[in-house]
Amino acid sequence: MNLFSTFRVALLALLLNKMRSFLTVLGIIIGVGSVIAMVAIGEGAKAEVQRAFDKMGTNLLVIRSGSAQTSGVRGGAGSQPTLLWTDVDAIRKETLYVTKVAPSLRQSVQILGEGKNWTTSAEGTSPEYFEIRNWTFQYGGPFNEQDVATKAKVAVLGGTVVDNLFGNPADAVGATVRINNVPYEVIGVLARKGQAATGQDADDVVMVPAGTFAAKVQGGLRQYLGGSIYVGAASADDTRRAQAEITTLLRERHKLRDDEPDDFSVSSLAEAASARQEGTETMTRLLAGIALVSLLVGGIGIMNIMLVSVTERTREIGLRMAIGARPGDIRIQFVIEAVVLASVGGLLGVALGFGVATYLSTEFGWATKIDPQIVALALGSSALVGVGFGLYPAHKASRLDPIQALRYE
Amino acid sequence: MSEPILEAVDLVKTYTMEDVEVRALRGVSLAVRPGEFVAIMGTSGSGKSTMMNILGCLDRPTSGSYKLAGKEVSKLGRGDLATVRNKVLGFVFQSFNLLARTSAQENVELPMVYAGIGGAERRERATFSLEKVGLGKRLDHTPAQLSGGQQQRVAIARAIVNRPKVILADEPTGNLDSRTSLEIMALFQELGRSGITIVLVTHEPDIAEFTSRVVMMRDGKILSDVAQAPVDARTALANFQEGDA
Repeated sequence: MNLFSTFRVALLALLLNKMRSFLTVLGIIIGVGSVIAMVAIGEGAKAEVQRAFDKMGTNLLVIRSGSAQTSGVRGGAGSQPTLLWTDVDAIRKETLYVTKVAPSLRQSVQILGEGKNWTTSAEGTSPEYFEIRNWTFQYGGPFNEQDVATKAKVAVLGGTVVDNLFGNPADAVGATVRINNVPYEVIGVLARKGQAATGQDADDVVMVPAGTFAAKVQGGLRQYLGGSIYVGAASADDTRRAQAEITTLLRERHKLRDDEPDDFSVSSLAEAASARQEGTETMTRLLAGIALVSLLVGGIGIMNIMLVSVTERTREIGLRMAIGARPGDIRIQFVIEAVVLASVGGLLGVALGFGVATYLSTEFGWATKIDPQIVALALGSSALVGVGFGLYPAHKASRLDPIQALRYE
Repeated sequence: MSEPILEAVDLVKTYTMEDVEVRALRGVSLAVRPGEFVAIMGTSGSGKSTMMNILGCLDRPTSGSYKLAGKEVSKLGRGDLATVRNKVLGFVFQSFNLLARTSAQENVELPMVYAGIGGAERRERATFSLEKVGLGKRLDHTPAQLSGGQQQRVAIARAIVNRPKVILADEPTGNLDSRTSLEIMALFQELGRSGITIVLVTHEPDIAEFTSRVVMMRDGKILSDVAQAPVDARTALANFQEGDA
């Protein structure tokens, strides 16, 4: 018996009992549908995280001061300033793989403008920082090296700060704001980034030249840099090389002996991003695992109905055997019937999964992404479920005695 | 005398049912030559059904030998027996055993499906077979749209479509009225004249009249085996009066 006609016979047999076939494959439909929907949500979240990290700047390294240790109590990273202002220049000049370097000093400040006040995070930095962190400007532009050197009182505002101080963002450039009661001229408004990967509002920030910040906001730590250093490299590979290079350079500059630990840390955002990715990946696998279990449950439903079908069609099986069907012909017929049943369920499930994913993204704005590989996997595994759970009923059918099967009422 | 197409020697069949041994056949020998039209008669329990199952390669004898078309088949496995049934034999049953909701043509095609014959040839031969049994205009009808006699004709078309050497008919007229029975017997006689060997099981002496040899069975043995001049079913049909039976 050729495969095509077996498929046709199987499909016809299923169409004769439309309602029953549908209810039988409901388990598979739900199983496959949830696999597709769950993975779509997981993949969407992953893509979202990736986008968020891309916004923060790629190929990025952050160098922080070491931890302070007083009578056995160890502070966190950066609690003991160990980075020097001269380190910034050294990194720029004495490394091969570093393309951009900028200090980043942060402190919470109160800012006044147009009679309103707002508490935000002030950041002291240099012009390269805007490039490293992928900041672009909605109005105006960045401050320059000259401003950093001369400790110019100029500021760049984030979107959230502008919202809270000015009625019209376009009015901000040229206006004067007071940070900790010192007046600054606004020279730029940053284009919005929205929520950062860490969950904070990236636009709730005011940036001033590093020199100005050290003198006016932080109140001077002299040669020590009271913050971190951001470093940009040309590519992901270069980022890893730069990390090693910087570690060697800073250990030398800080005169650390071989047995002493680093008094600074160099961390890469790519690592943080991949850790986040792994988190969502684990979640996706878990959800897909649960969905696969429901696929198995659906398989049991198929086995059940196939056993019923074998009993109902005992006479037909007897007749087929009498006119020349070998046990193998009967077995393949019922296996294919189970596979067709499961695959149709799989296809409907894929449609359901697509529907749910589309609904979630249009109605609730959830990020979803349907991976063709997962669709293929879901369809493949539902066909496999058909084979797996169709084998026993098919085997039972093939073992029937034709004489008794023909007489069966 | 030609070689026998069916040759059973000393067939014994023993069943064990609930610890009781039932001896359905107790040493039966039967030889049928090509073209013969044989009726096997007997009451229920005489062993005629068991005999039919063994002759039809649906069952194997406990002992004895059975040669079909010169080949020993009593020791073959399930798969090989299926092939023999497909190529050498044709079956006609009392209850027709057609696939429901399947057209006459597709029902007739079924044995060829298992013989591995391609679609175009299957359709052509199924049409030819159905024309031969007088149903050339009902190819697309499903069993539910056909009368009992027409259904049995479809079954006969199915039995002859693989050009078998022997047709085995188990009470083929058991579910039909007298007139339709005559029509079916006339069809069998026609097939017999074209050279097919037919073995028919019946308990109706009226039906056995149309065959050329009557084998009477009782208690698992052959009681008598008599050749006869068959009554022509066409003539009987011409003389048939409603209410005769």
